[in-house]
Amino acid sequence: MKTTRVRMKAMSPLRFLLLALLAPLAQAQNVAPDVLVKSITEEVVTVLKRDKDIQAGDPKKVADLIETKILPHFNFTRMTRIAMARNWRQASPEQQKELTTEFQTLLVRTYSTALSNFRDQQVDYKPLRWRPGDTDVTVRTEVKQPGSSQPVGIDYEMEKTPNGWKVYDVKVGGVSLVTTYRETFASEVRAKGVDGLIKSLAEKNRQGAQPKSDKT
Amino acid sequence: MRNGVTKAKALCAALLLAGTLAGCATLGDNPRDPLEPYNRAMFSFNDAVDGAVLKPVAKGYRAVLPGFLRTGISNFFSNVEDAWICVNDLLQGKFQSGLDDFGRLFFNSTFGIAGVFDFASDVGMQKNNEDFGQTLGWWGVGSGPYVVLPFLGPSTARDGLAFLVDTQADPVWRIDDVPLRNTAVGVRFIGRRAELLDATSVIEQAALDKYTFVREAWLQRRRNLVYDGEPPREKDEDDSR
Repeated sequence: MKTTRVRMKAMSPLRFLLLALLAPLAQAQNVAPDVLVKSITEEVVTVLKRDKDIQAGDPKKVADLIETKILPHFNFTRMTRIAMARNWRQASPEQQKELTTEFQTLLVRTYSTALSNFRDQQVDYKPLRWRPGDTDVTVRTEVKQPGSSQPVGIDYEMEKTPNGWKVYDVKVGGVSLVTTYRETFASEVRAKGVDGLIKSLAEKNRQGAQPKSDKT
Repeated sequence: MRNGVTKAKALCAALLLAGTLAGCATLGDNPRDPLEPYNRAMFSFNDAVDGAVLKPVAKGYRAVLPGFLRTGISNFFSNVEDAWICVNDLLQGKFQSGLDDFGRLFFNSTFGIAGVFDFASDVGMQKNNEDFGQTLGWWGVGSGPYVVLPFLGPSTARDGLAFLVDTQADPVWRIDDVPLRNTAVGVRFIGRRAELLDATSVIEQAALDKYTFVREAWLQRRRNLVYDGEPPREKDEDDSR
């Protein structure tokens, strides 16, 4: 404590100014996980409700929103590793990278579909149960959609990293977005090898890139 | 009385069958899905029926009826369920939940005008999700193999048989007037399908193989419900850092 104060004194005004400007950034990394989820959700929901293009189903705008606001808070490598289970170690570092990229594209696209369906839903945040030392927590939220009597739980599994809290799994109504892929990935690898799985994912992503006429 | 005994016997036989099915569960490729060839065929059939009939009707339902009306209908059927949910709370020794669901039933049936308004939720009386399959699960009955039922979709040996019990206890199925009963069952079914329209469009986007995706999601969902949203973590052998 004392040493910091001494250093502060010795600091040039310019360096102090710089530090003052950067302080909020450093703070963002120490934000509690539930606060982080809430602030991001509120921010995204505000954009969703305001933006007419997104409501009309403009996939590019949704993708931009996800890329800038949501992606930085996800750990896709870990997500891919969990989905790959024991096959992760079979994959070479290049394959692991390709898998992560393709899986990320697929998840982002899935997420965009879910978000563009978002209209007048109401999000509730459950109190977070955790101890200060925890490095792995579940942030629970509930989404209520109009026309339905029951809210759907959306839980974020988060881990503490040097760069702040990162989401490594999302559970919708108790269903994990990541482990749901395990069996599919395992059987693809069994049948066609790791490269076969990468190809299937890339193929799926190409199909998804074309807008579907079935949009509801 | 005799009727009751026969029913109990039928249930025992059914449970025994579920146990036996679970016993041979190692025959198939996936230990949880030994009936995969049949299941896949039934899944495609259901999917075709859904695409041709249910989904279009559900879309129409959602397009024609305003949100508040759909919520009212959904609330009405949800309220009717609460009695049986309450019974299942008690069968699982969850007395506080039982009290909550009874309170919901009482408030919503009266002040909520036959359940059309869900005032209980507004004042913080949360609905619990219970059915007989979950009660069996709570008592330690394993889910048994995954089974895709005609028209009804994903289930398991345990939950499929338990569903028969749920149906027996379902006031909507017990309506004497057959045309009225069929209408009520139909409206409820379409309403539920309409609530799932967004979810199913997400699945279309997400799944590499829809059959496997739906199976895994369903099994996770049921496990999660049996543990009331907090299932013990499954061993993450492979999530090595």
